[in-house]
Amino acid sequence: MSSVEPILQIKDLRTSFFIDRGEVKAVDGVTLDVPKGKTLGVVGESGCGKSVMALSILQLLEEPGKIVGGEILFNNVNLLQKSEKEMRDIRGNNISMIFQEPMTSLNPVYTIGEQISESYRVHQNMGKKDAYQKSLEMLRLVGIPSPEKRLHQYPYELSGGMRQRVMIAMALACRPDLLVADEPTTALDVTIQAQILELIKDLQTKLHMSVIIITHDLGIVAETCDRVAVMYCGNIVEQADAEELFERPRHPYTAGLFNSLPRHDQEKEELEAILGYVPSPIEMPQGCRFSPRCSYAEEICRQQNPDLKTLDNTRAVRCWIYSDGWKGSKEVAYHG
Amino acid sequence: MLQFIVRRFIQTIPVILGVTLLVFSLIHLIPGDPAQIMAGEAAPEATVEAMRERLGLNDPLHVQYGRYMSSLLQGDLGQSVRTSRPVMDEIQPRIMITIRLAIYSMILSIILGLVAGVVSAVRRYGLLDATLMLAALFGFSMPNFWLGLMLIKLVSIDLALLPPSGWGTWQQGILPIITLGTGGAAIIARMTRSSMLDVINQDYIRTARAKGLKERVVIYKHGLKNALIPVVTVVGIEMGMLLSGTVLVETVFAVNGMGRLAIDAIRARDFPVVQGIVLIFALIFVGVNLLVDISYRYLNKRIELN
Repeated sequence: MSSVEPILQIKDLRTSFFIDRGEVKAVDGVTLDVPKGKTLGVVGESGCGKSVMALSILQLLEEPGKIVGGEILFNNVNLLQKSEKEMRDIRGNNISMIFQEPMTSLNPVYTIGEQISESYRVHQNMGKKDAYQKSLEMLRLVGIPSPEKRLHQYPYELSGGMRQRVMIAMALACRPDLLVADEPTTALDVTIQAQILELIKDLQTKLHMSVIIITHDLGIVAETCDRVAVMYCGNIVEQADAEELFERPRHPYTAGLFNSLPRHDQEKEELEAILGYVPSPIEMPQGCRFSPRCSYAEEICRQQNPDLKTLDNTRAVRCWIYSDGWKGSKEVAYHG
Repeated sequence: MLQFIVRRFIQTIPVILGVTLLVFSLIHLIPGDPAQIMAGEAAPEATVEAMRERLGLNDPLHVQYGRYMSSLLQGDLGQSVRTSRPVMDEIQPRIMITIRLAIYSMILSIILGLVAGVVSAVRRYGLLDATLMLAALFGFSMPNFWLGLMLIKLVSIDLALLPPSGWGTWQQGILPIITLGTGGAAIIARMTRSSMLDVINQDYIRTARAKGLKERVVIYKHGLKNALIPVVTVVGIEMGMLLSGTVLVETVFAVNGMGRLAIDAIRARDFPVVQGIVLIFALIFVGVNLLVDISYRYLNKRIELN
């Protein structure tokens, strides 16, 4: 696929939640890879399984969620075969994660310094004093003003944007190879959003890390990502380099997402929406999951879910339109 | 922090004043003529009048209260009607017994309650959780005098392991402490469990796990300290129930503490002694709640005093 060697490869990952009413397949056969030193954006609507996929990487799922199949290769080693202890050594050390809610993701009863220095003490066996010193450097690195003071403050004394900076400092403390950012800016003001994204990009270059950004915001993808994976109902429906994808989306769902964006250079009476609703995860439609909402759907789409098919070197699409047997038009409407 | 303690301490002063006012009114709130009741129903008018004079009941109320307060400030709680000794002297030899009983029971409640609560929360819906919570249900449903009697029957009489009454040796302490501590342990266990379950689902617990911390550190360092915040409040309230519980438990186990003195004084209609005991219990309760507030503040830095 991508020309750069991947740092993380997910192959046919399946994660389900086992509830009273049955099995909910939140992630159902996701395959993607994260190129080394690059940023992969995972886009999709709420409930498409993108956060569950992110939590699966670090095996942070809680009951009743469970990974039921697939492989997660990190530097060519399958994380799903690691013991809990081995995973602990990876979490926060080789792979870190930041979350959507900076307001609640920090522990209210410990100081910022205590929470950041914990990473150093756990993964690098540092003493308290050294760990605080390193934490101070981290706070400085993520651009927090008067870090000496912040070190001894509690989370409630900081604003949302500052807290997300602290979360980033904490996540990057041990210089991980991969950062998984699950909607890192969704809960923040627009101006702060831009700052945080800028910070992540900046640190990515400085620390040579790879990043997965999970988002539902195509603007963020356009600004920050090198590659994009589009998720729908637990599947990856399209994966491509960001530029290519924005140039010409191939999957009808991707095209629909882009077409529905408001644009300031075009006069539009109404926003173009994708018809219908996201299906309930317990009653997935037969065949292609997008088929009930897809204006191109044919008989085959309703019967059989297509495979993720590699179109050219860098692009893969899960759609019957690009199969050899497709009779209709291969053009997907996109007014980009 | 120091400023917080001082300010919180000053805030207890009106509470204490209120308590003294209530305790003072006690004697006037009982139906009928207090002097008559204390002297006995059949007492001749002269005796009742002497009693009234002795208690100063002929003066206007505010004079009586003023007198009560001024002697209170000098450490004088009045005189026992029954023994004519100062109430202070009646209470003094017994107060430490009751305080010890209460403190040991509280420690038992806290340790047992916290351990059971955390274990239940971590193993939620498991067999151990179900067993512990069933035991807790029994623990706080059982009146403590009944538990005390059953323990005496089982442990002291049937098994002849521990003495059934008295206070002094450690063997004599075990049964009263268990009897008094069980109810509190049960409530603290249930409170800790629900508080812990709530905390375990918080985002910062996931952050702690994502940091690569051991599950033990996640639960005890990041979880428990947060879960303790509501539990501490319960412990404060529990202390009040514990003090009232001493009255029953001391009676069941024939422990010569304040609770038993209170019962004896009530039976003998010795109101100055009853007043003294109520006042001291109330002061202890206010003091404990002050401690609770201070530890609450220590746990939760967001608490500000307005």
